[in-house]
Amino acid sequence: MNYNWHWKVLLETEPGGTGTYLNYLIVGLGWTLATALAAWVIALAIGALVGTLRTTPMKWAVRAGDLYVEIFRNVPLIVQMFLWFFVMPELLPQALGDWIKQMPPPWGSYVPAVLCLGIFTSVRVAEQVKAGIQSLPRGQRTAGTAMGLTQAQTYRYVILPQSFRIILPPLTSEFMNVIKNSSVALTIGLLELTGRARAMQEFSFRVFEAFATATVIYLLTNLVVVLLMRALEEKVRVPGLIAAGGAPQAGH
Amino acid sequence: MDSGFDFDVIQRSLPYLFKEGMTFTVTLTLLAMTGGIVFGTLLAMMRLSSFRPVSVLAGGYVNLMRSIPLVLVIFWFFFLVPYIGAWILREPNPVRVGTFWSALITFTMFEAAYYCEIMRAGIQSIPRGQVWSGYALGLNYWQTMAQIVLPQAFRNMLPVLLTQTIILFQDTSLVYVISATDFLGAASKIANRDYRLVEMYTFVAVVYFVVSYGLSVLVKHLQERVAIIK
Repeated sequence: MNYNWHWKVLLETEPGGTGTYLNYLIVGLGWTLATALAAWVIALAIGALVGTLRTTPMKWAVRAGDLYVEIFRNVPLIVQMFLWFFVMPELLPQALGDWIKQMPPPWGSYVPAVLCLGIFTSVRVAEQVKAGIQSLPRGQRTAGTAMGLTQAQTYRYVILPQSFRIILPPLTSEFMNVIKNSSVALTIGLLELTGRARAMQEFSFRVFEAFATATVIYLLTNLVVVLLMRALEEKVRVPGLIAAGGAPQAGH
Repeated sequence: MDSGFDFDVIQRSLPYLFKEGMTFTVTLTLLAMTGGIVFGTLLAMMRLSSFRPVSVLAGGYVNLMRSIPLVLVIFWFFFLVPYIGAWILREPNPVRVGTFWSALITFTMFEAAYYCEIMRAGIQSIPRGQVWSGYALGLNYWQTMAQIVLPQAFRNMLPVLLTQTIILFQDTSLVYVISATDFLGAASKIANRDYRLVEMYTFVAVVYFVVSYGLSVLVKHLQERVAIIK
């Protein structure tokens, strides 16, 4: 193929003058991780709560949980980004909406991106939590009751500690999904890794150098996450179980 | 907001949104699904091959696709396809490829990695005795696969394959980044022209929700009907 590679472009200064293009992309990785980690905290908190509620005998809680999951699962991520970024400030009281719209960059994109990704991912976490709890033998719950634990205590001491360990592998892939999905935030102006690769391509006209570098950075990040999570899985493994894991699932 | 919610702008743009936008989205989804399942099944057979180089190659491809964001993959193919076209057609310069073809190639190649993993699980769920009995009957590898293993694997995995297709339907909205006029792209053009972002994006969200939720309910019913009783 007729393409003249010019890898030295990575060491040239980017037009913003903040340093080399390589440095520019690595700062992008920083934004990717900052977005993904903040969203992950929200996703775990809401996901654990909603997922647990959906397994309780409380009918209203199950229904509310189902509704929440269906709403955020059936609208594409990019559309949800637009809702948080363009629509939400208009629906809030004028003063608050204006304040949000006037947030200086990059916070004006960062905050909606984190909220959007956090809630989008919380639905997927909730599904995993629910599946994890339901995968436990029914006897665990009845044993808790037989020992005189209240329902809350049964969850706290018997069900949740086991199910969270079981769902660690699917949660790992959800975490990698958050990292990947944070790239959608480029559509609302957040210059994370993919956004910066695209910007570098526009400034320098070096298409494939920019995208190849970003690809390599994503691959290395994935590798680090996999290794860290494998160590964590090893540490919290439930003794006696063969392996955690679940049925094949659709995903992206 | 200047005034209240303006339903009129939605009504005025309905023909454009659906004739132009939704047609693009649905065509892209259906073609990429077909291509993705065919290519994904081949990849799954390659991954399960006992010939190492083949399984390593397929595994590497699938893992690469699953490790990088779809947006980045869309950009890759958007710029790469013209060069590949030039290489195939032996043209000296990159050939012009429209956004539709670029998006179709992207989604077929990308989703194949995900369909591959589903089909691999499907093939692995078939008892080995089925393959042996195929060979015992004198069938070769391709005949055993096509007539015994794959039909059962498809049936077992049909709900997951369809769920993945609903995700594909939603993911096609990301072609926004290459300025394609899919359903979201069409709505976005109207939204920016008439400065009606609230109305248009809310409407888009509602339509995606209705379609995706409706399909997921259908898949759930189907799941109960096609389940093989063991």
